[in-house]
Amino acid sequence: MIQFFLKRLTQAIVTLSILATITFFLLRLAPGGPFDGDKIWPAEIQANINAKYGLDKPLQTQFFTWVSDVLHGDLRESFHYIGTPVTEIIGDAVVPSLQLGFLALLLSVVFGLLFGILAAWKRGSIWDFSAMFMAITGITLPSYLVGTLLVLFFSNYLGILPPALWEDKSSMILPVLTLSLRPLAIIARMTRTTLLEIMHSDYIRTAYSKGLDDSTVLFKHALRNALIPVVTLLGPIAASLITGSYVVETVFQIPGLGQYFITSVINRDYPLVMGMTLMFGIILIICNFVVDLAYSWIDPRIRLEAKD
Amino acid sequence: MNSRKLLKNKLFVISSAVLLILCILALLAPLIAPYEYDAVSVGPNLSPPIKGFIMGTDVLGRDLFSRILYGARLSLAVGFCTAIFALVLGTATGAIAGYFGGKWDKILMSIVDIFYILPMLLLAILFTLIFGRGFFGIFLAIGATTWVTQARLVRALVMQARGLPYVEAGRAIGLTHMSIIFKHILPNLIGPMVVSLTFQIPNNILTESFLSFVGLGLQPPYSSWGTLANEGFRGVLSYPHLMIFPGLALFITMLAFNFLGDSLRDILDPKSSVGSSIGS
Repeated sequence: MIQFFLKRLTQAIVTLSILATITFFLLRLAPGGPFDGDKIWPAEIQANINAKYGLDKPLQTQFFTWVSDVLHGDLRESFHYIGTPVTEIIGDAVVPSLQLGFLALLLSVVFGLLFGILAAWKRGSIWDFSAMFMAITGITLPSYLVGTLLVLFFSNYLGILPPALWEDKSSMILPVLTLSLRPLAIIARMTRTTLLEIMHSDYIRTAYSKGLDDSTVLFKHALRNALIPVVTLLGPIAASLITGSYVVETVFQIPGLGQYFITSVINRDYPLVMGMTLMFGIILIICNFVVDLAYSWIDPRIRLEAKD
Repeated sequence: MNSRKLLKNKLFVISSAVLLILCILALLAPLIAPYEYDAVSVGPNLSPPIKGFIMGTDVLGRDLFSRILYGARLSLAVGFCTAIFALVLGTATGAIAGYFGGKWDKILMSIVDIFYILPMLLLAILFTLIFGRGFFGIFLAIGATTWVTQARLVRALVMQARGLPYVEAGRAIGLTHMSIIFKHILPNLIGPMVVSLTFQIPNNILTESFLSFVGLGLQPPYSSWGTLANEGFRGVLSYPHLMIFPGLALFITMLAFNFLGDSLRDILDPKSSVGSSIGS
């Protein structure tokens, strides 16, 4: 087990360094700089600014000083929000994003499984049909349209839910619903397909021949095996939640990581972009790690140590 | 069973017909569209759908229907081009890694793994920054981030095929490796590859529209459906039609591609049942 943790830790460090290196240099390849506002500075002032932020040094020197700063726990100050440390901005922005992502994941797993099981159990019925209709809609509807339609209906027409921001509980309902729809649909479809496949396997026939009833077979025997492919989906789903949150945060004006990331990229706010990139990388790595743990917990045949 | 198969085929017929119509509309946009996509003040400003402007007009009095028709060209072109780019690059990488194994496999797959772990949207955003927010930038951004999925799929399939008798037979009669890969193994894998392509195209269209929607995609005067939705979003509470119509166009396209993929999978690749419509 310890060996497994060490291996994953090394992998994580390698991944983060590659990610940071690629992002750092790609970002500098992009035309434009952090201080190219509408104002045209006199050359001396421009040079002073560059010197203050170390932008006049060769690129590799800048990179190595940045790396050493990060290793000392300093993500520097933002170029755009002058005087504000990047860690502070990320600390503020990570709260709504994690809440949004976590709630959406919870909602999509619970209801995805529920709809998937229902559809497989009542196969061919109106339940099956409506669950799968919802699923295909959830996969194909772009989330900005879902979000907008929800706002138009619940905020504009009924006037019962706030249309934007992330303040009290009622303001969280619409964004969470919007973000969860796609993963919910994917999980529901996957659960249904695998459950139906498993119901044809030999050990299920054995269970029936022992005289067990439908629900015992389904919940005690079939479901556990059906969960395995669903758990493997959680990795990509966690990643797609991060992607989706960019859009949802834009639609609902939530001051989360996605919003800050996009504006920081547009502003060429190098320290903030780099900090955000590391943050996203760490979140993704933790997600994948948790998925692997869950995987071996559900399917004891998969030993953590044996995985390469 | 028979009736189900027929139904599936019906699904295939309907979805491919819808897609064909969409492609024709996109190709013939200059002939069909009542106005130029950038012609301003052809009607009243911000009008909801009325006679003559079936989808209404935008803030500059441009005809939304014409803009959506022209937008279809961009959205579909991005989807097709990126998916084919990913198919070619991914297939070549995956086939070589899977067939030769050993050192080649290790080197190629570690490159693939690096791309796989990187947050895709982040990479896409950086690419659009460097290569500009025109067609080429978007194309590279999405293509560069999706080919790895294809590479992994093809590698796994080729590794399976490598042990089969027909490959051994090919080697026994002295065929070159390249001819075994490209003339014998890959043609056998056309089913799963087509299926993955039909899921990849809508995902790429969606990714492009996400990028454009958050303001990092194609820029005016180019207006894909995502760009149009982004423009419409600003005044959505008062003029919802400006956002809903581009969104609906995207929805119909996505729906058709997904049904096409589902039915193709049932017809061409009955063994696999695992959906690949996961998204970026």
